[in-house]
Amino acid sequence: MHEYSIVQAMFDQIEAQAQARHAIAVKRVFVRIGRSAGVDVRLLKTAYDTFRVRTICDDAPLEVDEVPEVWTCPDGHGDIVPGGKLTCETCGRPARMASGDEIILERLELEVP
Amino acid sequence: MCDSCGCGDSDIVPVAVHERILANNERAARHNREQFHDHHVSVINLMGSPGSGKTAVLEATARMLGPSKRLGVLVGDLATDNDARRVRAAGIVAEAITTGSACHLDADMLHKGLQRIPWRELDTLFIENVGNLVCPAVYDLGQDVNVVALSVTEGEDKPLKYPIIFRKADLVLVTKIDLLKVLPDISIARIQENLSMVMPTPVMIPVSATTGEGIAEWVEWLGRIRQAPPVHVHEAEAHGHAHHHHAHDHTHP
Ligand SMILES: Nc1nc2c(ncn2[C@@H]2O[C@H](COP(=O)(O)OP(=O)(O)O)[C@@H](O)[C@H]2O)c(=O)[nH]1
Ligand SMILES: [Mg+2]
Ligand SMILES: [Zn+2]
Ligand SMILES: [Zn+2]
Ligand SMILES: [Zn+2]
Ligand SMILES: [Zn+2]
Repeated sequence: MHEYSIVQAMFDQIEAQAQARHAIAVKRVFVRIGRSAGVDVRLLKTAYDTFRVRTICDDAPLEVDEVPEVWTCPDGHGDIVPGGKLTCETCGRPARMASGDEIILERLELEVP
Repeated sequence: MCDSCGCGDSDIVPVAVHERILANNERAARHNREQFHDHHVSVINLMGSPGSGKTAVLEATARMLGPSKRLGVLVGDLATDNDARRVRAAGIVAEAITTGSACHLDADMLHKGLQRIPWRELDTLFIENVGNLVCPAVYDLGQDVNVVALSVTEGEDKPLKYPIIFRKADLVLVTKIDLLKVLPDISIARIQENLSMVMPTPVMIPVSATTGEGIAEWVEWLGRIRQAPPVHVHEAEAHGHAHHHHAHDHTHP
């Protein structure tokens, strides 16, 4: 259940942003979460909803952009479909993860005076 | 204030943040890593399910290397220090980091835990992470390598069910292989095959802490890691600039 500690870290970042801009409230929170980042999006939303009550985010829905898992050949032979061996069929080199492990606070909508 | 008509209403403004949510942990991990590099300590993050044989492997390692190598262990434990006591009984320094309800160690907890042990004097520091195949994979601690202990009794499909922790492993120790003789349906080859679907560079050493089989090979692997730690992406990112000493506003014991 590290989703709670992720939400905690996210709140610290949101508060810093809100303070820097003297925001009255946060209206919307956008995060990008990789499908293979080790974060359960359902648990993340539950944790967020528990946390946000009576905070600056009380009114702010959490929008989650889920990023697909993409593996690719480091030598440019294109993508490697997960579900089989994680090596390039052309050159045999180990695949490199191109996306799918991000845990990113992307964007906020702030209400400012 | 509203610029268009001057009515005094508040405005909604978009703010691009684009920050990694675990940036603070990554900073703390980078700090730990620099300390370890500066003092030439090789650091192994040992993960795996509860009961997968992590502590037993450390005991067997201690027995094999004895006092010839300077080894130390920090054990992330929910409540007790039983594992640390077991490893101490095998002859190497070990302390517990009690995590309370936390399901994983993070870089800050490790940094605090370092004060309990003379880590600068070690060749190799093992961190036995909290028994859990999900959360520890998400938190960088500043280790050189990740090792996952997977016991033959856990089932061959564990890598497919928990791909992330295996993906991040530099080595998988397949433990308790002395039990294979009573588990006719479990095959090491199938475990290896499943690992190759989640690890781009699958490396596996089968071991038994009970009989000592494979422990020599594991010890050899540790020696190679100590000579030439692999460079991971996070390090490449962190050390993309020329290596220099970062400000350090506290002293280590
Ligand atoms: N047969 C056998 N049992 C083992 C082996 N290694 C560990 N065990 C047993 O598995 C249980 C859990 O081991 P432990 O080291 O405490 O696992 P940890 O929770 O991952 O640290 C204990 O009862 C050990 O005696 C092994 O190589 N062979
Ligand atoms: Mg243990
Ligand atoms: Zn967790
Ligand atoms: Zn290729
Ligand atoms: Zn107006
Ligand atoms: Zn420090």
